[in-house]
Amino acid sequence: MIKKIKYFFNWIFLLGSTLLVCLILGVILWDIFSKGMNSVSWNFISQFPTGGMTKGGILPAIVGTLLLTFITTLFAVPFGVACAIYLNEYARPSVLTNIIRASIRNLAGIPSIIYGLFGLALFVQALHLGTSVLSAGLTLGLLSLPYIITTTEEALKRIPNSMREATLALGATQFETIKDVVLPKALPGILTGVILTMSRAAGETAPILFTGVAFYINGITASPNQEFMALPYHLYMLSTQHQAIEQVRPLAYGTAAVLIFLVFILNIIAFYIRFKHRTQD
Amino acid sequence: MSIKKRERTNWLFKKIFKATGFITIALLAGIFIMLLYNSIAFFTDVKPLDFFTGSQWDPESAKSKYGIAPLLVSTGLVTLGAMLIAIPLGIFTAAYLSELAHPKVKAILKPLIEMLAAIPSVAIGFLGIVLVGPGIAKIFGIANGLNAFNGSVLLAVMALPTIITISEDAINAVPLSHREASLALGANKWQTIFKVTLPAASPGLIAAVMLGLGRALGETMTVLMATGNAAVMPKGFLDAVRTITATIAIEMGEVPYQTTHYFALFAIAVILFLFTLLINLLGEYFANRLRKFHA
Repeated sequence: MIKKIKYFFNWIFLLGSTLLVCLILGVILWDIFSKGMNSVSWNFISQFPTGGMTKGGILPAIVGTLLLTFITTLFAVPFGVACAIYLNEYARPSVLTNIIRASIRNLAGIPSIIYGLFGLALFVQALHLGTSVLSAGLTLGLLSLPYIITTTEEALKRIPNSMREATLALGATQFETIKDVVLPKALPGILTGVILTMSRAAGETAPILFTGVAFYINGITASPNQEFMALPYHLYMLSTQHQAIEQVRPLAYGTAAVLIFLVFILNIIAFYIRFKHRTQD
Repeated sequence: MSIKKRERTNWLFKKIFKATGFITIALLAGIFIMLLYNSIAFFTDVKPLDFFTGSQWDPESAKSKYGIAPLLVSTGLVTLGAMLIAIPLGIFTAAYLSELAHPKVKAILKPLIEMLAAIPSVAIGFLGIVLVGPGIAKIFGIANGLNAFNGSVLLAVMALPTIITISEDAINAVPLSHREASLALGANKWQTIFKVTLPAASPGLIAAVMLGLGRALGETMTVLMATGNAAVMPKGFLDAVRTITATIAIEMGEVPYQTTHYFALFAIAVILFLFTLLINLLGEYFANRLRKFHA
């Protein structure tokens, strides 16, 4: 009897923990979307902020975040994919390969604020790119590298060796095998990783703090050497630094809702590609 | 294309791919050297002993004080609280998902956990201000809910997806034969889970905790927004604290370039870097042990 009660409690613990985790997610989404949706309208996402940020929309922040994500992807994907190709297609187990793999794992664990410091020292100061969307994008690109490499390598690993061997046996060089057979076949997997990296980059705040983000810019960011507004930074400023914090709270909720919506859309696209690809195999 | 040309292209791309492999090493080394180089400039101005033992962080005052202790204690306190919440919750959830949940339930829950992981840290910090903070203030009867406990709750939420996902992989990696042997000896489901499956997965569980810990330790925005940012030695979980990450985020935007204060921020960043590196290496060590154990 006592044992039965004990086992019942075990069950409660395990199930309860799981339900609590779901509840946390539910509370987060419910709070942000139920309150944020009141502020989100077509005007909110298509207009410039006015009245010292107390009225108007968040268009420049949306444009800034999209531009930033674009630069990040443009920079991180070629290097990340190339590195993954090297590790999966060329590298043999050796000390060097182990060092590269250990570096990648450790890079993934470095706090994002340290990438921010590195971006400040390297791009903003040493390379004289100034505080700009380019510096911030490159900084986020470095941060994203380990994720792109890891997800691409996972995708490459799923391609059966027999396909490579068949292509090589037909007389193709190793590069042709990779270019014409391995990469096209691994494309959906790589794409999933790239989109997830974009979603992560869109939500990052710490690395862009010192590399180019601004609370307010006049107009929208049109060239890579300008400063930019970004959704996460906008949310941070509205909720902590604004002089009329209570007054702009609805705007902060609206910004949070748009940011989370954007991130979820990217995640759903990635999920869909992965799902479709898996069912095809 | 002639064979010669094709072979030349082949050779060229092999070199290009290999070169990108070195970028990762260069990046890690570059980050470390940059941090170290700037902190050396700091340690020529301030004695290392004062830095490590000083109990005040007050760079702005006339007698600027650079004691890292309050920041370290703050970071430690918030992270410890986060782990106390996230470890049991994460491992129990992983055990439920892996051992008890119906495949259909699991197919719904796993994407939900991925969703939780996808929520940007700044949004979690925002909820710390508008939801968790006022809640804490009400429960404990204090004026302001922006304190270490708030930070711990939020960091726990952020570390949970990492801990759950990796713990679940570790539990799944325990061979079915272990469970079958335990059940065949007459142990019931619960005895098998708690006495056989979880202990067998423990190196992987430790690796999961280490990765979650690393994530909590390096998190900036949530603690910056939700912990009150008082750079004094905290006495408990209900005091406002300021972590290393938050200090860098606040002060780097304001300090003049290449002053002692500027270099000081790199010096605390080195300490943070070394801590996260150590935690990652420990995590890797335990992950390898799990792999060897099951090989």
